[in-house]
Amino acid sequence: MIEHFDPSLVDWSRAQFALTAMYHWIFVPLTLGLAFIIAIMETIYFKTGDSQWKKITKFWMTLFGINFAIGVATGIILEFEFGTNWSNYSWFVGDIFGAPLAVEGIMAFFMESTFIAVMFFGWNKVSKRFHLVSTWLVAIGSNLSALWILIANGWMQNPVGMKFNPETARNEMMNFWDILFSPTGVNKFLHTLSSSYTLAAVFVLGVSSWYLLKKVNVSFAKKSIVVAAVFGLTSSVYTVLTGDNSAREIVRNQPMKFAAIEGLYDGSAGAGLVAFGVMAESTNGKHKNMKDFNFKIEIPNMLSYMAYLDGNAFVPGVNDIINGFTDNDGIVHPSVNQKIEMGKKAITALRTFKTAKKAGDKTMAEQAQKDLEANFKYFGYGYFDDPYDIVPPISMSFYSFHMMVGLGMWFILLFIISLVYIYKDLITNKKWFLRAVLWSIPLAYVASECGWIVAEMGRQPWVIQDLMPTLTAVSNIDVVSVKITFFLFLTVFTGLLIAEIKILLKQIKNGPNHGGQ
Amino acid sequence: MSLVNTLIVEMHNTFLKIKFILSSIWKFYLEGFKNQNKWSRQIWLVILIKLFILFFVLKLFFFPNFLKSKYKTDQERSEYVIDQLTNPKK
Repeated sequence: MIEHFDPSLVDWSRAQFALTAMYHWIFVPLTLGLAFIIAIMETIYFKTGDSQWKKITKFWMTLFGINFAIGVATGIILEFEFGTNWSNYSWFVGDIFGAPLAVEGIMAFFMESTFIAVMFFGWNKVSKRFHLVSTWLVAIGSNLSALWILIANGWMQNPVGMKFNPETARNEMMNFWDILFSPTGVNKFLHTLSSSYTLAAVFVLGVSSWYLLKKVNVSFAKKSIVVAAVFGLTSSVYTVLTGDNSAREIVRNQPMKFAAIEGLYDGSAGAGLVAFGVMAESTNGKHKNMKDFNFKIEIPNMLSYMAYLDGNAFVPGVNDIINGFTDNDGIVHPSVNQKIEMGKKAITALRTFKTAKKAGDKTMAEQAQKDLEANFKYFGYGYFDDPYDIVPPISMSFYSFHMMVGLGMWFILLFIISLVYIYKDLITNKKWFLRAVLWSIPLAYVASECGWIVAEMGRQPWVIQDLMPTLTAVSNIDVVSVKITFFLFLTVFTGLLIAEIKILLKQIKNGPNHGGQ
Repeated sequence: MSLVNTLIVEMHNTFLKIKFILSSIWKFYLEGFKNQNKWSRQIWLVILIKLFILFFVLKLFFFPNFLKSKYKTDQERSEYVIDQLTNPKK
């Protein structure tokens, strides 16, 4: 069945979505994290009454405003794409996505737009307390609006709380709370937010380091570094914990993704974690996505511990998942061939259901519905013939994951060293360190984007885990129009990014004496 | 009679209060926008250009809702999607 879909259309639609999502994500994490950093700074101003903290708050608020304004509405493009390029998908999940996205829209509009105005226009016009409350509400509101889209994404990774209606071909929400509190969604939300806070902290640290390198605004920069380093250290340690929770959740619900990010082909008890590895350029002959390691350094038993908190637990590899395995909880996972068979039965049952309904044959429709329900769990597998087609791009998943983790550790080190140097009053003399911090700003963005590559590439070929492969989700549209809009987006977003960087750099050069005015 | 009078006075006062709150909010926003500096105005220009491109160029000319533009009813749309999912064509 796979051959019925146009691979060029699928690839261009994916490329376009990836492009717009990744550009959108350049703006979002800084907004999410900087909002809280500003709120903390303003709280210090509120408590101490020290006017320098007001100046510090207003400066970072200016940079927040620029980033927020340039980034605002860039996410709407993704919704345009859902309706045009991914109509099968949008229809299939419409009822599930409707509620969270509507809540997000209302929340983002009312909470953020109201209190952002107070934040920027309200200095000296509203009371200090009301202004502080508004700043905190902007931070909370922007983070809560991220909740809903991440819950929706979590549902795609682990679809729960719904029932498929064969008459409408839509998944209908059965339990909102199951979707909201799905461990996948909750872990995703917490991990994404804490990593965004880390990015924002690195940003504040980096810009402040630039001032110290230039020997201007020294007191301002040192105070900003203290807030950013404490906030960043707390956030990055929490990011490690939420990442750890995510790993344990992924190994159960998306074992193939877990195997891919570790390049684990053959599972074992007491599996080792690849701390560093280099993959071969050519494939290992089984599938285009599977490449062996040329070189790797392993930490024995660590992967088993990471996955099950037991150094001797069995972790399934790609081949185990393909051939079927029994996990540590005693659950038997059928082979992919068995899943393909069940998926094909589900697809046939849906077709039969539709035909029977049209013909008015109730008995046949009821039987078809039963068959569909019995096999729906593996509906998406029915589109594949080769079991290895469910293997995601291993090298991309592996490298993205390891870069994300490596950079995360680097940021923790930066925050600790910053605090030590600040405490010992040595930071202004450590130029090598200040330069390293400054150049870590782009690395924070790389780590953040890598996180999304792990999440989205690691779960391929699924757009909804086990139910809908990416190739069936696309609309039957002309590939040329997708190519045109791909380059249009590339131009528009690159323009926006250049505008943001130019305005940001100008404000940074102006320094805190001009900020927030 | 006095109850009606009191009610009218109360309503009038409430109306004045609401009017005052609304005009304060209006003034707050108006002054805020008026007193913006150069970078804020640049930002607004970028936002307006962006929104124009998004909604009046991209949405109108390049991103019609595929199912809504092709089919009139939800039943037609669901039949089309079922057909796509169970019997995909080239």
